Amino acid sequence: MSDFKMTPSEFKQPRLSRRQALAGIGAATAGVIASPSILLAQTADVIRFGHLTPRTGFLGPLGEYGVMAVDLAVEEINAAGGIMGRKLEAVKEDSVNPQTASTKAERMVERDKVACLIGEISSASCLTIAQVAARTKTLFVNTGGNSDALRGESCNRYMFHVESQNSMYVKTCGRSLMAQGLVKGKKWFSLTADYAFGHDLLRVAKRFMEGNGGQFAADKLIPTDATDFSAVLLEIRAAKPDLVISNLAGNQITNFLKQYSEFGLTFPIAGFGFDTALAWAAGKGNFGGTWPVVWHHLLDTPGTKAFVAAFTKKYGKPPENQAWGDYIAFKIMAQAMNEIKSTDTAKIMEHWEKGAKFDVLKTRPGYFRASDHQMIHEMYTIDALPADKIKNQWDIFSSSSAVPGPNEDLEVIATTKEEATCKMS
Amino acid sequence: MSTLFIQQVLNGLLDGVYYLLIALGLSLIFSLGGIVNLAHGAFYAVGAYLTIVLGPHIGFGGALIVSPLLVALLGIAFERGLFQRFYRADPILSLLLTFGLAMVAEQVLRMIFGAPPLSYVIPAELKGQIFIGDFIYSKYRALLLVVAAACVLGLWFLLQKTAFGRVVRAGVQNPDMVGALGISLNPYMMTVAGIGIGLAGLAGVLLAPIYSIHPAMGQEIITPAFVVVVIGGLGSFWGVVVAALLVGVVKGITIGLGYTQWSTAVIYLMMLLVLLFRPRGLFGERIQRFE
Repeated sequence: MSDFKMTPSEFKQPRLSRRQALAGIGAATAGVIASPSILLAQTADVIRFGHLTPRTGFLGPLGEYGVMAVDLAVEEINAAGGIMGRKLEAVKEDSVNPQTASTKAERMVERDKVACLIGEISSASCLTIAQVAARTKTLFVNTGGNSDALRGESCNRYMFHVESQNSMYVKTCGRSLMAQGLVKGKKWFSLTADYAFGHDLLRVAKRFMEGNGGQFAADKLIPTDATDFSAVLLEIRAAKPDLVISNLAGNQITNFLKQYSEFGLTFPIAGFGFDTALAWAAGKGNFGGTWPVVWHHLLDTPGTKAFVAAFTKKYGKPPENQAWGDYIAFKIMAQAMNEIKSTDTAKIMEHWEKGAKFDVLKTRPGYFRASDHQMIHEMYTIDALPADKIKNQWDIFSSSSAVPGPNEDLEVIATTKEEATCKMS
Repeated sequence: MSTLFIQQVLNGLLDGVYYLLIALGLSLIFSLGGIVNLAHGAFYAVGAYLTIVLGPHIGFGGALIVSPLLVALLGIAFERGLFQRFYRADPILSLLLTFGLAMVAEQVLRMIFGAPPLSYVIPAELKGQIFIGDFIYSKYRALLLVVAAACVLGLWFLLQKTAFGRVVRAGVQNPDMVGALGISLNPYMMTVAGIGIGLAGLAGVLLAPIYSIHPAMGQEIITPAFVVVVIGGLGSFWGVVVAALLVGVVKGITIGLGYTQWSTAVIYLMMLLVLLFRPRGLFGERIQRFE
């Protein structure tokens, strides 16, 4: 970041001296020679999309699925004729943390001349990338950040969300819980990851629970680097809740599921944030409970079947829901550019805001809601299969039918007008 | 005091044992060789991944014996090939070396096994609970406790009651004098590194069924293990043991009082207090060459 900062003297002296000008020209020339990518970026036959996602750290495992899906999507788009006859190329980087994400986003826009930015899992990094997007008037499609705040008080004209918001996750899983009679008059023991995502999810979960007549037996914040849950499991056992609710994140969920099964506790368990990779990591016999997902590899639709087959052929394992997010984002961006025959940001935004529909590999097509740029689409809950019904290490859960149901408005699971606070500027 | 609170304190005692296997090795290698082994966590991760690879062929019991031995051999290879060149060098060099090694190891695991976490399930016969009055404990963790306690006692016996241990202890205090007496510390150092790193491998096997197995898992465990070593004091065997239990108990009390969100921070707070008021650690010995 320090490269972009100006020293106070530069602010005070707007006029360039001859020496400064010469030095500047020299530096610029050296820059052009040193970075051939600037020259490449101007070649007309290639269109670049910038892809940023965490590839290291506790979200890294999910990010890796996103990267695999991007490579597959780019191959398929190019095989189908590219974008307006031009070849698509993905510029991919590890976003690391919010500060680095913003620096890299800026570099992709300025140096690599990307047509748009796609990716992310961390809500905090989404926020900094969205700021770069707004400043440089570049489109950013969020494929993995769940926080409601991104679609609420921090919403932004240049940011669209393929990933569902926390409210959609909570309301989807909440329906399953209501059907099982685990909400009204019931006591929940809630565990929340102690950082921005967890707090946002807890807020939404609490609103749902209280609105439907449930209450907390206990409500615990868990440090993100906690690996041992034995103490918490003792607390749960003593509290005798009707339901254990996880607002945990990433590896925390895997650790928790493994140890919950180890201690043999039998209270029903459910969660409001989930990725199928976590179920696979917990493994057959350890994975339990009811969880919401934005997509999973067992959906019975032609689109999903084709995607799963292509992904499995290329990588030897089925795609995770994060793979779906990045794959879909690349596909719909290319589709939009081909349909309106332009890569112009304003035109794409207008096209999407008018309610353009896309195949999102589910039963019904999805679209972006103009008020907060949230993709409105179906979601699912998955339930752990009993051990004797499991055939392999991937197909370890059964799925609900699509939520909302076929006769309902797709928007019923998203934030309502009263809950949403987005004011697009 | 409620029974739940007492349960939390007891559970805390046991919780501390998991750090112990890592912390003892760290402390041994540092006291004898002067190397802060930041790659220690990587050997723990290798132990866990070996369990996944070997488990289906030789069972969990087999992996419990074979994996730590393989990790120990790997440790000896690194000791001979790399660490031994840095015993007399500026500590910052070995710090850089092991820091780099930890990153390389993590990336190698990622390249071989992929970034997504892998699953390993407790053998069915070890699942279930033990009840002692109202206190509930997992059967698997009871086994873990027995294995860890056996290791601690075995190591204590080796260091305190054998000729081997006498040389190692002398080497910790004054390597030059040991050399002057005509004893080469090289084979001792090699053995100590093998044992210390083997223990990390053992911890990897033991924790694989209950913790998430992913390439960066070594980083997760190394920091608390270091904190235990710092609190316990360098060069002190029982210091590390007491510190590990203390860390567990304080964590248990924090959770028992209802401050779950502080359960990690409290460990670092303890380290801060120890560093402020007793920089040598609770039981730290005065070691000439580190003063």
